[in-house]
Amino acid sequence: MVVCNDTDEAVDDLFHALADATRRDILRRSAQGELSVSRLADAYPMSFAAVQKHVAVLERAGLVRKERCGREQLVRSDPEAVRRARQAIDQLETAWRGRVDRMSRLLAEAPGFEDDNTRRGHDR
Amino acid sequence: MSVTSIDKDFDSMTLTLIADFDAPIERVWELWADPRLLERWWGPPTYPATVEEHDLTPGGAVTYFMTGPEGDRHRGWWRITSVEPPDVLEFTDGFADQDGTPNQDMPTTEVHVQLTDRDGGTRMELRSVFGSKEHMEQLMNMGMAEGLQQAVGQMDALLAG
Repeated sequence: MVVCNDTDEAVDDLFHALADATRRDILRRSAQGELSVSRLADAYPMSFAAVQKHVAVLERAGLVRKERCGREQLVRSDPEAVRRARQAIDQLETAWRGRVDRMSRLLAEAPGFEDDNTRRGHDR
Repeated sequence: MSVTSIDKDFDSMTLTLIADFDAPIERVWELWADPRLLERWWGPPTYPATVEEHDLTPGGAVTYFMTGPEGDRHRGWWRITSVEPPDVLEFTDGFADQDGTPNQDMPTTEVHVQLTDRDGGTRMELRSVFGSKEHMEQLMNMGMAEGLQQAVGQMDALLAG
């Protein structure tokens, strides 16, 4: 599989960004609405500069965007990136729930159904 | 309802599902190990699966296609990493092109299945992890969301129907 280096680096950035609990928390908060860096700094027992660094890591990974608004720096999560991740898992859940239901129905059929290949018209 | 619990971890892109079946462990294992049985639950009712290759040994492959209402075919594959009948099955689960070549643009998941006997019934613990690096890479590719939605969205509609 050919992987271009730029993409590889971007993936490393993403993993690095998500590997830290504070950054995941910042991501969650910013997903719920725009937040200023100074308001975020109030929420954690760390310096403004430290929070700013976390935000910079998230920004490099493409998970949040920073915008200047007057003297404030606003942090906004990139809803597309977050949405794509959630959607993928939600779809996986739906698929597996369906499969488990069908497994259950198959098991409810009489034991020995393994040998009965002529059977038709099961479930729907 | 046999799904006992489901957990979605967005940080590690992992789905964990626990299901309890009122059947002995050997019969639940057979649902995975017998290709003719696997066909009856893997795909949604209107996209039934046809299993072609089915080699449940480490390094072995399962290949299948699902046939849609219009006769459209959607191919998929497993690459087996671990088998311990009747308890453990681990494999990589992916999509393939029309000619059966694994499709690198679609996500793969690492699936871990653990069956446990519980008073004559069977608990199935299933963990499905999006193939971390490769998959995250694909998530970051703007074109991917549509592709996945198209493929899996078909399942959604069917499962709802």
